[in-house]
Amino acid sequence: MNKKLAIIVNGILHENPTFVLLLGMCPTLGTTTSAINGLGMGLATAFVLICSNLVISLLKNLIPDKVHIPAYIVIIASFVTVLQLCMQAWLPELNQSLGLFIPLIVVNCIVLGRAETFAAKNSPFDSVLDGLGIGLGFSLALTLLGAVRELLGSGQLFGYSIFPETYGSLIFILAPGAFIALGLLIALANTLKTKAQ
Amino acid sequence: MNYILIIITAIFVNNIVLSQFLGICPFLGVSKKMDTAAGMSGAVAFVMVLATLITYLLQHFVLNPLGLGFLQTICFILVIAFLVQLVEIVLKKIAPALYRALGVFLPLITTNCTILGVAIMVIQKDYNLLESVVFALATAIGFALALILFAGIREQLELSDLPKAMKGTPIALITAGIMAMAFMGFSGIV
Repeated sequence: MNKKLAIIVNGILHENPTFVLLLGMCPTLGTTTSAINGLGMGLATAFVLICSNLVISLLKNLIPDKVHIPAYIVIIASFVTVLQLCMQAWLPELNQSLGLFIPLIVVNCIVLGRAETFAAKNSPFDSVLDGLGIGLGFSLALTLLGAVRELLGSGQLFGYSIFPETYGSLIFILAPGAFIALGLLIALANTLKTKAQ
Repeated sequence: MNYILIIITAIFVNNIVLSQFLGICPFLGVSKKMDTAAGMSGAVAFVMVLATLITYLLQHFVLNPLGLGFLQTICFILVIAFLVQLVEIVLKKIAPALYRALGVFLPLITTNCTILGVAIMVIQKDYNLLESVVFALATAIGFALALILFAGIREQLELSDLPKAMKGTPIALITAGIMAMAFMGFSGIV
C-alpha cells in the first residue's frame, strides 16, 4: 500500500512537472491568469494523463516498438478530442477561456513523457496512480501560480476580493507577469529544496 | 494592407512566444547558444509554413466536406508528425548541408506546440490560403526574433554572478518577462 502511495507523492513532490521537471511550460504560463483557470487546465491535463497512461500501459505489449511514438500520439490525441467535446458541451465558459490550450494538450511534453518513461514499463494500476500523481502535481502548481498572479494582479483569490483592485498591479495578469511570477516561484522551490537537503 | 497588418501583428504585437506563450520549451531549451537558436528557428520556419499549408487544405477539402471537423486535433498532429519525418528524409537526400544544420532539431519539432497552434489558429481566424501562409511565415519570424534575441542575452547571463537559487531557469524566465514587457510596447501600433 505504501508503495502505491509513494507513486502518487512522487508525482506531486519529487517529480513535480512544473517546479522540478520543468515540463509543459506553455499551458503553465498561458492559462494561469486566475486560480480557477489554472485549476481547470491542470485537471483537464490530469484527465488526459490518467486515461492515456492506462490505455498505453494496457497496450504496451501489442504496440510494435518501431511505431510506438505515433501510436502513443494517436491515443493521446483521441483522449484530447474526447475532452474537447465534453468541455464544449458541459463547461463552455472554461473552454472559452482556455481556448487553444485544450487541443494543445496533445503536444504537452508531460503526457508523452510519462507515457514513455512510466506507462510503457509499469502495470496499468501503477500507471493510473502515476497519472494521478503527476496530474495532481501539475494542477497544484498551476493553481498556485494562478492564485499568485490573480492576487497580485487584481487583488482577488478564486474570484473573491481580498484587497481593492486599484492596489493590484495589472502587469501580473498580463504576459510579462506570468514569466516573472513563475521564475520567482521556481527560485523559491529551489531554495526550499536546498534547505530540505 | 491586410497582409502587412497580419505580418506586423504576428511578429511584434502578438509575438507567439512572448505574448501567446507557445513554444516555451524550445525557447528555454535551445537558447543557450546563438547558433543552435538560429538552427532551431530555421527548422521551425520551414516546417511551420509547410504544415500550415497542408493542414489548411486538409481542413477545407477533406474534413469540412465530410463533416469530420471534430477529428481536427488527431488529423493535424498526425499530418505534422508525418511531415516532419518526410522533411527529414527529403532534406537528407536533396540538401545534405541544410540537413546537417537543421537535422538535430527536426525530430523535436513534432512536439513543438507552435506548429499545431498556428495550424489551428488559422482555421479559427478563418484566413484564406494566402493569408494563412503569410501568417505562418510571420509567426515563424516572430519566433526566430524572440529566440535569437533571448539567446544573445543568455550568453551574457552565463557570466553574471547570481544567487544560487536564481541560476538557470528562474533568471531565464524573469529575463523573458522583461523582454515580454518590452514587446508590450508594440501593442499600440495596430
